[in-house]
Amino acid sequence: MTAIDDTPKPRITLKARLARAWDSDLAWSFRHSPVAMIAAAMTVILLAASLGANWIAPQDAFDPAALNLLDAYTRPGEAGMGTNTVYLLGTDNQGRDLFSAILYGSRVSLFVGFSSVAFSVVMGVGLGLLAGYVGGRTDAIIMRVADIQLSFPAILIALLFFGVARGLIPPSQHEQMAIWVLIVAIGLSNWAQYARTVRGSTMVERNKEYVQAARVMGRPAFFIMARHILPNVTGPVLVIATINLALAIIEEATLSFLGVGVPATQPSLGTLIRFGQQYLFSGEWWILFFPALALVLLALSINLLGDWLRDALNPKLR
Amino acid sequence: MLLFIIDFRVNRSPFMIAYVVKSLAQAVLVMLAVALVAFSMFRFIGDPVSNLVGQEATLQDREELARDLGLMDPFPVQFARFVSNAAQLQFGVSYRQGRPVADLLAERLPATVELALLSALFALVVGIALGVYTAIYRNGLLSHMILSVSLIGVSLPTFLIGIGLIWLFAVELRWLPSFGRGDVVKIGWWSTGLLTTSGLKSLVMPVLTLGFYQLTLIMRLVRSEMLETMRTDYVKFARARGVPERTIWFRHALKNTMVPVMTIAGLQLGGVIAFAIVTESVFQWPGLGALFVQAVQFVDIPVMAAYLMFVAFVFVVTNLVVDLLYFALDPRLRGAGPASAH
Repeated sequence: MTAIDDTPKPRITLKARLARAWDSDLAWSFRHSPVAMIAAAMTVILLAASLGANWIAPQDAFDPAALNLLDAYTRPGEAGMGTNTVYLLGTDNQGRDLFSAILYGSRVSLFVGFSSVAFSVVMGVGLGLLAGYVGGRTDAIIMRVADIQLSFPAILIALLFFGVARGLIPPSQHEQMAIWVLIVAIGLSNWAQYARTVRGSTMVERNKEYVQAARVMGRPAFFIMARHILPNVTGPVLVIATINLALAIIEEATLSFLGVGVPATQPSLGTLIRFGQQYLFSGEWWILFFPALALVLLALSINLLGDWLRDALNPKLR
Repeated sequence: MLLFIIDFRVNRSPFMIAYVVKSLAQAVLVMLAVALVAFSMFRFIGDPVSNLVGQEATLQDREELARDLGLMDPFPVQFARFVSNAAQLQFGVSYRQGRPVADLLAERLPATVELALLSALFALVVGIALGVYTAIYRNGLLSHMILSVSLIGVSLPTFLIGIGLIWLFAVELRWLPSFGRGDVVKIGWWSTGLLTTSGLKSLVMPVLTLGFYQLTLIMRLVRSEMLETMRTDYVKFARARGVPERTIWFRHALKNTMVPVMTIAGLQLGGVIAFAIVTESVFQWPGLGALFVQAVQFVDIPVMAAYLMFVAFVFVVTNLVVDLLYFALDPRLRGAGPASAH
């Protein structure tokens, strides 16, 4: 958050650095917020579980060879008829272990969520810096597009982009490209918020002395934006990105639920919920319930973390 | 809308007229921008000719058709034709269903409009009532419960709320049908589910699902605005005069919340129509949103383009009405213009 200073610094030991981090405002507020701690623990557990799905999951859930049809519709905590293994969360119509399916599914959800947020951050921050620093007509055009886009719900824009992309990509590539199309679609639907925030703070920063000094020194505009202004406008971006991560995960789940998201060979939590919905009436509630629970826990804990971060970084709200 | 017209007559200051003209110009500009997007989708995705001719068409046939369709004309001419067609509600023929898009939209419009308006009404009535309640009894146990439930509900995805309702009311209790519109009555070209019991029953869950988010939004807004007003001097003065609490709540506090509430409610109407996409898919509601999702799956560009134009139109109109209503409802805004010499 501080301006760049070029003097050589004394070496800081790791211990000193940790001590300083422990004493910082952010850490203090974290230690005094049980909600934040629970949410963070939850997020870390879910993240670790999905990243380690290969090792944790008892079954390679999307390898047809690993499934036993005789185990289909096993109730949670009971042993399957075919293999006699106990399934913690039960199995679906193909004898797929739901616990493993959820681990692999949340990995897809998290991957799409993180990638699309990264996409919208890069796009939004870049355009926001440009608009705020250059100003004039560039600013007017970028911000007008952002205004129009912000007045439409993200889900609509993502759906529209998804449809357009499907029209442009040859049908044989649909399956492979689906996940990337989805990432760009969700990313494109959320960039405007970053652009608006960054543009605002850039316009404040660009008139400060250090930027003027850099300009007088003849630094190129790109360098000034990237090296001097960018570090000073990232605070709010981090908050928006955290909250948007939860939104992006929900958006992905919604699109997959509607059947326009990830392909069925790589199901996310939303796809699992879509499959599970069919068993709502026949009494196999667990096929729907556990993926839904995983999605809610994931979105809720990231959301709470984002809320805490917003309050902690903005002392005025406290 | 009516308020604005009345007000417009009484208060015909040059500033007001400039404001109206500016709002209108902006609305037209946004519509044109969206039309450009829709037109580009039309023109550049897939080959319109291939979608119309059969396999055995010769190159000459294709060229002829392209000329007939006006695809050889310069871009601005084609765009102008697209806009003028769109203004007459002609969006071509659906690739998938082979019927005019306008017919498809007209057939499905009533379902979506009834759903959206009832959801907005539900959100407004219940939202204001709960907002007033939680503001008046702000330390009550029930208020805290209402607020926490709304907080949890907001972080649930819409489709999960819908599935939860289906599980409760259709699977467990068997009170309500889980999909479709039930029996509908035809009134001219409009089909309504409001006149039959099964139609009304079918509406309950979709309306709850779609209205829930807006409800929490309105509730929070009413609550915070009312608490804000209760701190103002004129409320303190009214109390000192011995005006009964009830009068203060409803005459002074609630009335003052109406400007922001109307603004948000109006702006959210567009959001309701967009989120109807998800709700309609959950409940297999035969509306525009479900049509759009199908169109996206099958890359039915004319339907997608027409739906885009429809949503943009609803957004622009509600924005415009809210802009003008705001002006009409809040007397402070009127005198603020450069034209009024106070």
